[in-house]
Amino acid sequence: MTAVSDTEHWAKPVRTLHVSDVPPEAINLLNVDGQQIISPLQGFGQMWQKTYRVRLPGLSMSAKQVMDIWKAEFQKFQPSATRFYPPMTGVEPGKVIFIDLDLPPAPGMPDMIPVSSGVMVLYADDEMFTVMTPEGFPVAGWNTFSVHEEDGCLVAQIQSLDRATDPVYELGTLFLGGARRQEENWFYVLDHLSVRFGIKGQVQMHKELVDPRWQWSGAKNTWKNAVFRTVLYRLASPVRGVRRLFNQRVHVRGS
Amino acid sequence: MAKANVTVTVRKAGDSVSILDIKGEVTAFAENALMDAYTEATSGSARVIVLNFNGLEYMNSSGIGLLVTLLIRANRQKQRLLTYGLSEHYRNIFELTRLNEAIGIYSTEAEALAAVKLDA
Repeated sequence: MTAVSDTEHWAKPVRTLHVSDVPPEAINLLNVDGQQIISPLQGFGQMWQKTYRVRLPGLSMSAKQVMDIWKAEFQKFQPSATRFYPPMTGVEPGKVIFIDLDLPPAPGMPDMIPVSSGVMVLYADDEMFTVMTPEGFPVAGWNTFSVHEEDGCLVAQIQSLDRATDPVYELGTLFLGGARRQEENWFYVLDHLSVRFGIKGQVQMHKELVDPRWQWSGAKNTWKNAVFRTVLYRLASPVRGVRRLFNQRVHVRGS
Repeated sequence: MAKANVTVTVRKAGDSVSILDIKGEVTAFAENALMDAYTEATSGSARVIVLNFNGLEYMNSSGIGLLVTLLIRANRQKQRLLTYGLSEHYRNIFELTRLNEAIGIYSTEAEALAAVKLDA
């Protein structure tokens, strides 16, 4: 395969995300539109590579067929506290998948802190796709979803290579159960994916601390923290409502 | 089962520079070949690792991830990572994934080695 033939699998070169055809009330735009996409190299916290795998023994489908279903039904495999909104055209390079999360303020507490953001599809082919995060997202980096054959058996895999985007997220990761929650999320996804194919698979995880250092150049990412921006936006909703009402009354009087 | 379709050979360019000649596909299956070559390249006193991508046929997003882990390993050993021979398509990929902010990109081996000498 030559470089020319895999161009279609990659997103077009872009530095900042711009999203169209989205309802203006979708507050995900707040934390996606105009934000730069960032790799693990631009984050703050420790960099981890975590690989989650589930074998799908006896499944008489191709890797492509399994991946087609995974892409088409992506949201169905997520826990209820995580809501993905793939684009209408599907998981395609360059497209943005909106994400709404509810996070607990501390371990054991209910999910109540809203985060509205999204990820860009960096790469997609028949058997895998990778998403890349924007500024302000809880992690800076990539998540790759793939299906491949191993010893005559299909294996569905999720691999993350990322680090907390800013010091606030890193504290949440290290001390408020953030890492465990992220791992539980992907265990849930692969578990439900295997059940979709009538298999009760055993999800396994392998994790590697790629870089134990905090990258202080990423501390400034706090200014774009999506949790802060989402919460502030929602708190300001009554003010926006009053302003709209005032503007409508002024318009009516002037007409 | 997909197998690695890559060869990575090591050669020296002076006392402190090692060049990894990459031929084939850089995907997740290239990890062992790439990391083994890096280990061989740094077994001496190499301070700069240069990746020659003239023979690159294909790279997917997993391959990009491999380069990030290679970069981190190199940085932890206080080594620099440079590249040359990337096609325009893959230069765009390096820019898209922001690898270009951490890995020097040059057109030819001579340019890459000249950059090493300048910084020496």
